[in-house]
Amino acid sequence: MTVPALRISRSQPGPAVAGPWQMAVRAFQSWLVNYRRTWRGTIYSSVLMPVVYLGAMGLGLGTLVNQHGTAGLGGVSYLDFLAPGLMAATAMQTAVGESLYPVFSAVKWQRTYQAAAATPLTPGDIFRGHLLFTTMRLAMNMVVFLAIMAAFGAVRSAWVVAAVPVALLTGLAFATPLDAFAVTRKNNDQSFNVIFRFGMIPLFLFSGTFFPVTQLPGWIRPVAYATPLWHGVALCRALSLGSADLVGSLGHIAYLSAITILGLIAGERAYRRRLHV
Amino acid sequence: MPDPEILIRAQGLTKRFGQFTAVDGIDFELRRGEAFGFLGPNGAGKSSTMRMIGCVSPPSGGELTILGLDPVTDGAAIRARLGVVPQEDTLDVELTVRENLLVYGRYFGLARAVIAERSSRLLDFVQLSERADDHVEPLSGGMKRRLTIARSLINEPEILILDEPTTGLDPQARHVVWDRLFRLKQQGVTLILTTHYMDEAEQLCDRLVVMDGGKIAAEGSPRELIDTYSSREVLELRFSTFEHDQAAEKLAAVPAERAEVLADRVLLYVSDGDAAMASVRGLGLEPLTSLVRRSSLEDVFLRLTGRRLEDG
Repeated sequence: MTVPALRISRSQPGPAVAGPWQMAVRAFQSWLVNYRRTWRGTIYSSVLMPVVYLGAMGLGLGTLVNQHGTAGLGGVSYLDFLAPGLMAATAMQTAVGESLYPVFSAVKWQRTYQAAAATPLTPGDIFRGHLLFTTMRLAMNMVVFLAIMAAFGAVRSAWVVAAVPVALLTGLAFATPLDAFAVTRKNNDQSFNVIFRFGMIPLFLFSGTFFPVTQLPGWIRPVAYATPLWHGVALCRALSLGSADLVGSLGHIAYLSAITILGLIAGERAYRRRLHV
Repeated sequence: MPDPEILIRAQGLTKRFGQFTAVDGIDFELRRGEAFGFLGPNGAGKSSTMRMIGCVSPPSGGELTILGLDPVTDGAAIRARLGVVPQEDTLDVELTVRENLLVYGRYFGLARAVIAERSSRLLDFVQLSERADDHVEPLSGGMKRRLTIARSLINEPEILILDEPTTGLDPQARHVVWDRLFRLKQQGVTLILTTHYMDEAEQLCDRLVVMDGGKIAAEGSPRELIDTYSSREVLELRFSTFEHDQAAEKLAAVPAERAEVLADRVLLYVSDGDAAMASVRGLGLEPLTSLVRRSSLEDVFLRLTGRRLEDG
């Protein structure tokens, strides 16, 4: 068998080390190459989920709710009440889905993070690259959600367009701390299941998505107000219904931003400690 | 003025994990164009050393200079000029062979056209061209290793770091990998590798250090190490289980530089194996099997550490 000789040319086109966001884009591209293979399936679920929920809950259950008067919902139909809240909740679900197992797989099962860490990428670049991909997935799902919401006639104000970045920020407030947590896991313990069952599902049900938080017993309301999802739900809803005020909106955004930034700091640290040991 | 021919210099290099010292103050130099090996059992500190050189593990003490740079402050710039073949595969098994090279090349900021051209060349080199568009998952262990080697060369590295490059491969696959690495060496690529296979070290390394318990026990070319630490020949004797201990005692009467009594064999280090065998028979001992062979790095390791390489 003849083997062609390997030519070592020592040419180096382009800088191997660039600014932190350019480096993160390189890490992001690896997720894109993978996504080329799986995007179809994700589009089906990102369309199907809102259609099912808005149809069954918004229209179906909504008929019953509306018959009993909608004063508790602020005088809007149940569909109009539900849709923007569900948008924020969908952002949370997307973020959780792109964070826990994909991160654990990349650091433990496939070790693609370790492969990237051997190149000019720093652990921080790898973290931010993954977040860029999560951001892209959030943006895709939120735009799809908005279109379906509009098709259901569940939009009452043009301000609803601003709910897309708010939902996206809500997603990042979950993605950054969960990435930081997932990258530290050494074994496939039950912690992710605990987060799904005792974290995500209660948040989904009790953060004001399906009914106003004021319906909760008084003692537990502060817990709901402390969760990032409630802030995302409240602001998305206010924007969609055209009832947002400046101070309240800035408060929600500040809260979600603060958690995202804390998550970014924790993530940089956690990725470095795991990949540079 | 640092010597540009010295690519890596380590002095008192140390790595601690909590109370455990994995690498205990080692000194070595890597020169341009050579193949330099770390030979030692599992747990000797070889992989920890490789990870420090790969700039993914900050040293706990001592000095380390790679390509004239400090790995703590210039890690990314150094990694841009290294190729790394890790001990465990880190391929993306859901992607194709070519896509793995694309993703990895992009990490180095290489243009797609450059990656495409190099990929074809590298896949030819590791004999994977026919599998270029196949997924990685079903490839054999040897093929995955060869792909990892191709991937490590995508940035045309100045130093290629290989951590146990053939561990876990069947003998045939190992020989294919050795052949590729030998060709790289001939083309002037600087190799630094770890192994616990003495034949791998003998085949590939111009110079090596014997590592044990985080320390360097000896350094030299394979030939020098054997000449210094072992005899010209080794007589290996195997007795029946009942006779083993008794025979080992009697063998003290045979003139030898050194004797090693292992659980299953007795090794006599001598200059003339056949002559030694004659004296064994002269003592009235008749081993089940006997073998005269040349000394190897395994014997050097046994001499230096009192243990066999595979014992770990």
